[in-house]
Amino acid sequence: MNGPLAPATVDPTVAPFVDRILAARAARTPLRIRGGGTKDFHAARLDGDVLDTAALSGIVDHEPSELVLVARAGTPLAEVEAALAAHGQCLAFEPPRFAHGGTLGGAIASGLSGPRRVSTGSARDYVLGVAIVDGRGQALRFGGRVMKNVAGYDVSRLIAGSWGTLALLTEVALKVLPRPEAETTLRFEMAEADAIAQLARWAGQPLPISASAHLEQTLTVRLSGAGSAVDAARAKLGGDPVPTHTADAFWNALRDQSAAFFTVPGRTVWRVSLQSTAPPLGLGPQCLEWGGALRWIAGDVDADTVHATAARHGGHATLWHGGDRGRGLQRVAPGVMAIQRRLKAALDPDGLFGPGRLFPDP
Amino acid sequence: MGKPELFPALSTADRAALLTRLGAVLPATSLLWSAEDTRPYECDGLSAFRRVPLAVVLPETEQQVVDVLRICRDLKVPVVPRGAGTGLSGGALPMTEGVTLGLSKMKRILAVDPLARTARVQPGVRNLAISEAVAPHGLYYAPDPSSQIACSIGGNIAENSGGVHCLKYGLTVHNVHALRMVTIDGDIVELGGLGLDAAGYDLMALAIGSEGMLGIVTEITVKLLPKPVKAQVVLAAFDSVVKAGEAVAAVIGAGIIPAGLEMMDQLATRAVEQFVHAGYPLDAAAILLCESDGTPEEVASEIARVIDIMRNCGATEVRCSRDDAERLRFWSGRKSAFPAVGRLVPDYYCMDGTIPKKNLAAVLDGIARLSAQHGMQCANVFHAGDGNLHPLIMFDANVPGQSETAERFGADILELCVAMGGTITGEHGVGMEKIDQMCVQFTTPELDTFHAVKRAFDPHRLLNPDKAIPTLARCADYGAMRVSRGALPFPELPRF
Repeated sequence: MNGPLAPATVDPTVAPFVDRILAARAARTPLRIRGGGTKDFHAARLDGDVLDTAALSGIVDHEPSELVLVARAGTPLAEVEAALAAHGQCLAFEPPRFAHGGTLGGAIASGLSGPRRVSTGSARDYVLGVAIVDGRGQALRFGGRVMKNVAGYDVSRLIAGSWGTLALLTEVALKVLPRPEAETTLRFEMAEADAIAQLARWAGQPLPISASAHLEQTLTVRLSGAGSAVDAARAKLGGDPVPTHTADAFWNALRDQSAAFFTVPGRTVWRVSLQSTAPPLGLGPQCLEWGGALRWIAGDVDADTVHATAARHGGHATLWHGGDRGRGLQRVAPGVMAIQRRLKAALDPDGLFGPGRLFPDP
Repeated sequence: MGKPELFPALSTADRAALLTRLGAVLPATSLLWSAEDTRPYECDGLSAFRRVPLAVVLPETEQQVVDVLRICRDLKVPVVPRGAGTGLSGGALPMTEGVTLGLSKMKRILAVDPLARTARVQPGVRNLAISEAVAPHGLYYAPDPSSQIACSIGGNIAENSGGVHCLKYGLTVHNVHALRMVTIDGDIVELGGLGLDAAGYDLMALAIGSEGMLGIVTEITVKLLPKPVKAQVVLAAFDSVVKAGEAVAAVIGAGIIPAGLEMMDQLATRAVEQFVHAGYPLDAAAILLCESDGTPEEVASEIARVIDIMRNCGATEVRCSRDDAERLRFWSGRKSAFPAVGRLVPDYYCMDGTIPKKNLAAVLDGIARLSAQHGMQCANVFHAGDGNLHPLIMFDANVPGQSETAERFGADILELCVAMGGTITGEHGVGMEKIDQMCVQFTTPELDTFHAVKRAFDPHRLLNPDKAIPTLARCADYGAMRVSRGALPFPELPRF
């Protein structure tokens, strides 16, 4: 039994990682934790020796009727999604894949969510528990494999979105959901301001809208749920139905950012997360998602302008790719920054993991 | 049920200085220090633990919260935050040498934005009052703990409260956009934001469920949802808890996420039937309530599937609510399970473990064995959809030794939950009640990490310092006590 008088034994798969971290600590060499490397394009900085998680692979447990999947961090995302699909289940937060080879650990460590986030929640919302190795080389577990758990602080959700700067994620337990029984995609010709207002009105009604996107002058909306509910909502909303294969390709391209908007060579793209009802920002070509709460802005926009705009609407902006990497991160208030630095020091006292990746060094 | 204190007594001079300084920043009606005024604050919803605090402060503004915290920090006086006092784990148990900071006077709804579907509220606002205030817009706040008439949103933040609908709609952490929090140093920090994520580490997720140990929340921006058009509930009876458990797995396995999925065992069913006459079958070993909500079309198709599944799993009786009055009557029994058990016996002790659902039958067997061993009855109420079990241990505190036996029985149940792959608390929090079982669930380095997290927010260790996260010394004492009983509990169980 676990307990302070009997320290947990370290999983043999994890042991070499503990050794590696202890060695790096002794040598004061920073480590760059890497799964599939599919998000390297986004990093402000990529310092340190690569700590590859590929050896931490495999689904540990998937009990469909528990709605829980436990897997090692280096497990390929594709393997996880296939295992879930075999039981009619999915990762409801639709983690962006960007390229082949991404891992489950990378999906959780980045905390990124795809189009369905607006209706079903984010990556961190689905985290039930984690196993990590901290910067002292200690193997630790937080949370669990159950839906509700308030024993101790919620360190597992803190790990989601920490981009490998607090600890090495070795295993994660996630809540999973059934795939929707039916889906339909509808298109509307509509200006941006009208789309923002319409999406807000719809969101205030019990409609099964699971994703939305506004690009150029077109609003695309996906309905997901019971067949009867999707049919009823489709009749209510109107719009032009999109054939299933075209719709699936559209949402996947948005989720994985293989859509033309994101792939223009040399294009700088900002990610602006803000209140959904914020009016059009007028900063340049844009792709709007999440009912208005996520706006991708293309072009060389002044960093201070985009950060100030995001802050004015209760949000934050990040330079997504391209541009001056040194100016991409939103400054947080000094009081919040101080707490973040102390948390980083609590888990990674020597600053081993991903220096400069999430916020600038002091 | 006495637990040791951590803080030394204040000298008479320090005590006078504290009251003088607090009096200078608070209205006279917001500072209570005489025994007759502070006595009502001696416990929260867990009345087995009682302590009278040195003083109670009831700030009316955020500035007063800032002032109080700075004074307490300067004088090194611990601060115990308190919402509506409905918590069931002693999280708001006062400290004899501490100040209880009650947020009941900060109860304004500051802003409602129906288009963005948010409400900005003060911590003392009651959970249900939010849904009532936004109802004209066709919106509601989803988390609905059974104490929602009385409990405050600030307390919900502290405990990450759930409710009967959380399998589908999530816990508090899934339904909050932003928090304003005052640190022990009197600094105001804003966590989260109006978007769907925030820059840097997710401090808001860390603050939610932190039992008032990281900061004092002064404003909460909650997410509102459109009210479902329709809800309907199926009541199914089973002649064994095993079959009822299989029906739960079958519903989820069929890809259905019900709005609510609840189980009661026979003792609980009989107790509530005597109390509210909900029409439950008394011969059933277990009953299930499965609610579906959404559009009329969704509800009709889901309910039809649920009825089929219940029958296929061997339900002895299946009923479906014909109208909202009947739906509410079916629910009335479940919602009054605690007071119904309370009518049968002088005292009951409500536990809160969560387990993987597949282990339900084994855990209920284990509880039945423990019940025989301790010579005490236990009724079981179960949020079956999310594996959260509430055993209600029935006893009489006036019979010498029964309180101690009930406490021991409860601790054994929690350790059984951990051994079966679960956790010691699903939604009530650790507080003072389960602090010793934290030593069973976590290792020394894990507990050390929790202490380091606390220091990142509260370097002086003054906010609710003796709750939720045990000191290693405390665990050593507890470990010694457990070993002295001769063996580890449940040696027959596999460890995972």
